[in-house]
Amino acid sequence: MGSSSSSLNNVPDGQQLMQETGFSAAHLLRLYERFKFLDKDNRGHLRSEDFEAVPELSENPIGDRIVGAFFLPGQETVDFSSFVRVLAHFRPTEKNRTRAGAQPEPANSRNRKLKFAFRLYDRDRDGKISRTELLQVLREMLGMQVTEEQLQSIADRAIQEADLDKDDAISFDEFRKSLEKVNIDHKMSIRFLE
Amino acid sequence: MEDFWAGVLWAIRIWLYLILSLIMIPAMFGFSLGISETYMTILVKTLEWAALNIQKANAEDVKVRAAASNGLIQREDGSMEKELEELRRSRPKPPVGGDFTLSDCFYFTRRGIESIVDDEVTQRFTSEELVSWNLLTRTHNDFQYISLKLTLVYGLGIFVRYCILAPLRITLACIGLTWLVIGTSAVGFLPNCRVKFWLSEWVHVMCYRICARGLSATIHYHNRENRPKKGGICVANHTSPIDIVILCNDGCYAMVGQIHGGLMGIVQRAMVRSCPHVWFERSEMKDRHLVTKRLKDHVNDKTKLPILIFPEGTCINNTSVMMFKKGSFEIGATIYPVAIKYDPKFGDAFWNSSKYSMVSYLLRMMTSWALVCNVWYLPAMHQEEGEDAVQFANRVKSAIAHQGGLVDLQWDGGLKRAKVKDSFKEQQQKKYSSMVVGDDSSSNSD
Repeated sequence: MGSSSSSLNNVPDGQQLMQETGFSAAHLLRLYERFKFLDKDNRGHLRSEDFEAVPELSENPIGDRIVGAFFLPGQETVDFSSFVRVLAHFRPTEKNRTRAGAQPEPANSRNRKLKFAFRLYDRDRDGKISRTELLQVLREMLGMQVTEEQLQSIADRAIQEADLDKDDAISFDEFRKSLEKVNIDHKMSIRFLE
Repeated sequence: MEDFWAGVLWAIRIWLYLILSLIMIPAMFGFSLGISETYMTILVKTLEWAALNIQKANAEDVKVRAAASNGLIQREDGSMEKELEELRRSRPKPPVGGDFTLSDCFYFTRRGIESIVDDEVTQRFTSEELVSWNLLTRTHNDFQYISLKLTLVYGLGIFVRYCILAPLRITLACIGLTWLVIGTSAVGFLPNCRVKFWLSEWVHVMCYRICARGLSATIHYHNRENRPKKGGICVANHTSPIDIVILCNDGCYAMVGQIHGGLMGIVQRAMVRSCPHVWFERSEMKDRHLVTKRLKDHVNDKTKLPILIFPEGTCINNTSVMMFKKGSFEIGATIYPVAIKYDPKFGDAFWNSSKYSMVSYLLRMMTSWALVCNVWYLPAMHQEEGEDAVQFANRVKSAIAHQGGLVDLQWDGGLKRAKVKDSFKEQQQKKYSSMVVGDDSSSNSD
C-alpha cells in the first residue's frame, strides 16, 4: 500500500471530489472500494439492480426511493462522482465553519440535508409536496398495514399541521419550519469511523 | 533422446518414492516426521518479518486499513421505536390522525444510506480483508514497491508455491482420492462385521489425512472430549468443501448430500460401499419429509456414524455465522456443535462459488502458503422443553459463533443468490405502522 495521495490517484476526479464533498482521502478511497464492490459486473457505474443486491436496503420500506435519489432525472446509471455527491449530504455538519460568501453551500449543511429529505417526498420536483405525493410515501412506509381511510386521515393531519399558506401542499419553507426543532445533523448524518 | 526420457522416468520414480516415504506413510499411520512443522515455523517467521517491514514503510496506511476492516461507519443500534421517539420529541402527540411526522422518513433514509455504504451481509460472501499483506499476489490490491528484500522474498514465495509445493500437493491429492475410491470399494466386499467397520474407518481417515497433507493443513483440535458420538448429528459452520477434510481427519462421519455425476459421483458411490452415508437423488432433496425420515432412520440406528451437516446451506467467508436452517434441528437427535475458524494469514479458505469453480478453487488452495485452522468441539446440545426448532438452531448458532470468534448474524446465507423476501419489508412496515396508528391498525394476517 503506498502513501494516501498515490492511492487516491486511482479514484476518478479524486482531488476535485475531496474539495467538493469534504470527504478525507481515506474515506473517499473506502467509498470508492465500496462503489467497486457494489459494481459487480465491473462496468464503472451502478444500476438500480446493483443497489437491490444489498439485503438491508431491500427490507427498507422506502428503499426504492432512496436508491432513486442517486440517479439524476432521466439517467439510468450512477457514476462514482454522483455516488459520492449524494453521500456527501450525510457527512456530519461542521460546527465552526465560516465560509466566504462566494463559496457554494456545503453538501452537508442543515439546509442541504433538509432539501435532500424534501426531494424524497417531492418526487416530481415541483417544489411542493402535494397530497398525492404524501399519500404515496405513506403507503410505502406503512404498506398494507393501514386502511385507505386511515391513510387519508394521517395525510390530512400532516398537511394541516405544516401547511401555513393553505394551498393543500407543503412547500420547502413550510417543510423546514415544521422541522425547525429537530436535530437534523444528528438524525441525517452518518458517522464515519476514523 | 532415449537417455533423456530414461532420466525423466528415473526422476519421477525418485520423486514418488520420496513422497511415499516422507509424507504418505506417516500420514497413513498418523505420526509426523516434523517436515510440515519446520515448514510452518519458517513460514510464520517470514510472514512476521514481512508484516514488520511493510508496517515500517507505510505506518499511516496500515492504520487506515486496520480501522477500515472493522467497518466504515458507526452504526446506530437504536431501535426504530427509540429513534422515532427522539425525532418526535419536539411536538406533542396529536389526538387524531395518527402519529406521523415529516421527520419520520429521516430514520429510514439514514438506515438506507448506511446500508448502501456498509452492510453486514454482502461482505460475508467475499473473502475477508487482511490487515497486513501476506505475500500472496491475490491478496494485494495495488502493488507498491517497498523494498528489494521484500520483493525478493515475494518472488521466492511465488517460485516455491507454484513450482515446488503445488505439484507436490496435486500429486498427494490425486493419490488420496484414488486410494479413497479403491480402498472403500475393496472394504465394501467384506461382509458386515467388526473388522469391516474398523477397516472402513481406517481407510477413510487415512485418505483424509493424505488429502490434508495435500493442502499443507495444520489443524488444531480443541476439547476433543466433546467429539461427536454415534447416533448424533454434528453441525458446523461452512466455509468451503475442505471443511469435510478438516473434520474427517479426526473421526469418521456419515455425509449427507446430493449425488453428483462425474468424479464426485464416483467418490460418493465408492464411499457408500464401505459405510453408510446418506446420499439423495436430486428429486428426493425437494421432499422434506423424505429427507427428515431418512436422517431420522440413520440417527436412530446406533451403529451408524454421526451425520455431518452444515446448516447454513452455503459457504460463508468465515467472519460470521449465518442463519441455520432448521431441518437438522427437527430430528430430535443430540446435536454436537463444532466451530471451525481458519487463519486467513496463510491462505484464504473461503470458496466464492460465484467467482471460482471447484477446480480453480482447489488450485488456489494448493498454491497458498498453507491452511491453518482451529476446530473446537462444543458440548452436546439437546432441544429443550418448549423450544422450537428455530430457537434451538439459533442457540446452537450462537454457541458456535461465540466459540469461533465469529459474528452471529440472523440473515439467511441464501441471500448470496436470492433476493430478500418481501416479508422482511412487511415486518418493517408493521413495526412502523404500530408507531403511527397504534394497535388499531388493520394488519393483515400473515
